[in-house]
Amino acid sequence: MTVREQWVAFLTLIRREMIRILRIWGQTLMPPAITMTLYFLIFGTLIGSRIGTIHGFTYMQYITPGLVMMSVIVNSYGNVTSSFFGAKFGRYVEEMLVSPMPPRVILAGYVGGAMLRGLMVGVIVLAISLFFTSLHVVSAWVTISSVVLTTAIFSLAGFINAMFARKFDDIALVPTFVLTPLTYLGGVFYSIDQLPEPWRAISHANPILYMVSAFRDGMLGIGDIALGPAYAVMLVLLIALGITAERLLHYGRGLRS
Amino acid sequence: MPPIPALDLRALRKTYPNGVEALKGIDLRVEAGDLFALLGPNGAGKSTLIGILASLVNSTGGEARVFDVSVQHDRSRAMALLGVVPQEINLNQFERPFDICVNEAGFYGIPRQIARGRAEKYLTELRLWDKAFGPARNLSGGMKRRLMIARAMMNEPRVLILDEPTAGVDIEIRRAMWQFVQAINRGGVTVILTTHYLEEAENLCRNVAIIDHGRIIEHTSVRALLAKLDVETFVLDLAPPHAPPVLPHVEGMQLRRVDDDTLEVELPKGRDLNALFAALSAAGILVRSMRTKANRLEELFLRLTGSGAEVAA
Repeated sequence: MTVREQWVAFLTLIRREMIRILRIWGQTLMPPAITMTLYFLIFGTLIGSRIGTIHGFTYMQYITPGLVMMSVIVNSYGNVTSSFFGAKFGRYVEEMLVSPMPPRVILAGYVGGAMLRGLMVGVIVLAISLFFTSLHVVSAWVTISSVVLTTAIFSLAGFINAMFARKFDDIALVPTFVLTPLTYLGGVFYSIDQLPEPWRAISHANPILYMVSAFRDGMLGIGDIALGPAYAVMLVLLIALGITAERLLHYGRGLRS
Repeated sequence: MPPIPALDLRALRKTYPNGVEALKGIDLRVEAGDLFALLGPNGAGKSTLIGILASLVNSTGGEARVFDVSVQHDRSRAMALLGVVPQEINLNQFERPFDICVNEAGFYGIPRQIARGRAEKYLTELRLWDKAFGPARNLSGGMKRRLMIARAMMNEPRVLILDEPTAGVDIEIRRAMWQFVQAINRGGVTVILTTHYLEEAENLCRNVAIIDHGRIIEHTSVRALLAKLDVETFVLDLAPPHAPPVLPHVEGMQLRRVDDDTLEVELPKGRDLNALFAALSAAGILVRSMRTKANRLEELFLRLTGSGAEVAA
């Protein structure tokens, strides 16, 4: 395929993903909006008013970047797992496998679609937060780059999950037993400075901490981790997951016999 | 220089991880422009062979070339030459037929404007245009099969592979699909089909290969294959009274009673029927009509695969 043909194929996948996201908006865009409104209401307004300030910011201001990132992570991951596993389950993944599309284009299309959903949800949650607090953006570059990297990382992770999945349970296990605990323990609701040892040290093994911290740094100018190590972790994860996903697709893990 | 074949399989092998040897070194050549039938009983290796051509199954030996492009070594270029209609329905049931076709073209790098025109053309030719903008899940089984053919045509392939395209389809739609397949074949597309309806292969295809236990046991023209039949079977519909319990003996023929009003007679090809009718008349049996038993190819197929004999490669 020429580069131009690959570009057409990529745009076809993106368009198909976008149509899917918008067609089932009640499952893709609405739930995070409702859930995050409740988080803002309960944790931000009712409980947050009794917590006081963290690093000089109200609790509502402090958790807003965390809640945005939590939504972005869950939705990027969930979009690609359900969409790609659905294609496997319904066997229409074969439409792509028998086409001349190289594996990297298929991967880019699904990851791109999942990133778009993650970013759309991020914008929705950010818009909802405006009803509860004012928006701070200290560095637009750090804010945008960290959220884009995060959504790419979790889209790739979700793709790998979908490649290995054989039944619907397999795409529910990782979000329930890995992703949710890591997100809740990744500095969304608190600063790791508040944790006693050894939990504070252990928290450094949680990759989500680096992403949330970088994003919060971009918005509020404060973070648990310095930007250098945070970007290093994100880039390493991005490259490692990208290579893994592309290789799995190239060899047709779970797709070709 | 000999013409480049549409399909050239050389010592193609597939052994699955569980040790099952699905293909045991297939050599097969399908000429460009042919309408070719690949026949074989269940488990013979047909689907594995098509899976390898569609790059859904990795071969463990040998090579498959489509118009001299290797499926194994130049997958992308080979796939651009192929259209594949699988046996199982593999449509996104939530999408509209029009979008399914346009997206398929997109996967081949065909710009959207061209794809929309082709989608209209093939959906119309396959009598699906009036269903083009409803959900695919609302289509009947036969419509879904036709949609899969329309989808496979979106890249205007040089080789169209149809894996049991008319399975479970009623006779009217089956004939419409045959007409479509014949029309695109006349237009220059090489068509390779597998089918359980041997009548389909007999009526539609020029050449045929029979695969059994992972090996090609016959590869010839349909006409040459039928010529190998050294016996013919006729069905005789009787007028009252019913056929007697004991049938007359006719030298060199086997007369069988099917029911009270029907007999079957098997006789060497080219043998005259006068002796048969004389014997029947003498026994007071009146023949109202006579017809050739349908599906002669089926008879030969069962003989070839049933015996497991390797007739030719």
